[in-house]
Amino acid sequence: MPPEASNRPTIPQIFGAFARIGAASFGGGLVAYLRDALVEEKKWMDEEEFLAALEIGQTLPGLNSVNVSIIAGRHLAGPMGAVAAASGIILPGVLALVVLGLLYDKFRHNPDVAAALAGVAAAAVGLLLQVTLKIGAKQFSNLRDIFFVAATFIMVAFFHVSLPTVLFLVAPIAIILCRPKIQPKP
Amino acid sequence: MSDLVRLLNVFCLLSLLAVGGGSAVLPEMQHETVAVHHWVTDQQFATIYSLGQMAPGPNMSMVALIGWQVAGVAGLLVVLVAFYLPSSFLVYGCSYIWDHFKENPWRASVQRGMAPITIGLMLAGVHAVGKTACFNLSHTLPFNLIACTIALAVAAILFAKHINPVLLMLLGGGVGWFFLRGG
Repeated sequence: MPPEASNRPTIPQIFGAFARIGAASFGGGLVAYLRDALVEEKKWMDEEEFLAALEIGQTLPGLNSVNVSIIAGRHLAGPMGAVAAASGIILPGVLALVVLGLLYDKFRHNPDVAAALAGVAAAAVGLLLQVTLKIGAKQFSNLRDIFFVAATFIMVAFFHVSLPTVLFLVAPIAIILCRPKIQPKP
Repeated sequence: MSDLVRLLNVFCLLSLLAVGGGSAVLPEMQHETVAVHHWVTDQQFATIYSLGQMAPGPNMSMVALIGWQVAGVAGLLVVLVAFYLPSSFLVYGCSYIWDHFKENPWRASVQRGMAPITIGLMLAGVHAVGKTACFNLSHTLPFNLIACTIALAVAAILFAKHINPVLLMLLGGGVGWFFLRGG
């Protein structure tokens, strides 16, 4: 249910709240920031509504943080709420990136800057590796899952099989192998 | 076909293929933007990706910088709209009908079946940026060894300690500045 009329935010308030998260969330983990702000601080959603939004956001394509913002914004104020929430979460980071991009363009031929950027790029690889292994830890115990992790990795990284091909050929097999068990009718 | 239309096509498709979050489309994005369309070099792609990790907000907003590189402000806007709008429409629409298929047993099967594929795609993403940043044949061996050490150290520190990754990125920059000059 949308919040009580007394606690229903206006479109600028929605944009402001999401923009604050979009500007402060250095280092990822946006979904946790969103939960703290929406459920605990503003009380615009309850825990269950937030988890339902996260479930949809994770199931469908797109970034989890943006998807959750869309659903939360819609829940608060319909289509305009969704637009305000999504643009709020996205725009501050884009502005920061434009500044970083301008600096990069200006200084990229400076050997000091190039060396520092090479270090940052290497650190970013380490970050992505850690996130992948952390999420994947659950998958690395079961042989069938390991097979699909390895098959997808090898196809994409070494044979340059395109992503649509992987999703339309491999995903159906993986999903059918996880098909629901037929429950005997009570 | 102008670059703007091509940007729109590529990033709309990536938006709808981004199952399990943005990192899963990283290898496909790199392939399309570097090898197919030559919009950025491998090096620029890896740098733009790492800048995305330094900025607040969704890390895949770094796509905006690819658009900017190709076609200025118009390119930046086209890429942002193309990358975020299609998946957002889908989510908006599905949130209405979610209750109808929330209890469907196949939903759990889809999530269960897709999870290892997402991990495989993310590993391919590590490979896609890693082959430029950490094991690049056009760099010297010491350069690659130092870069690999930075990457593995960052991963190990994050496993051992809950610390803001941006601090580690800055640290990586400092180590790079000190050790990687002239590599």
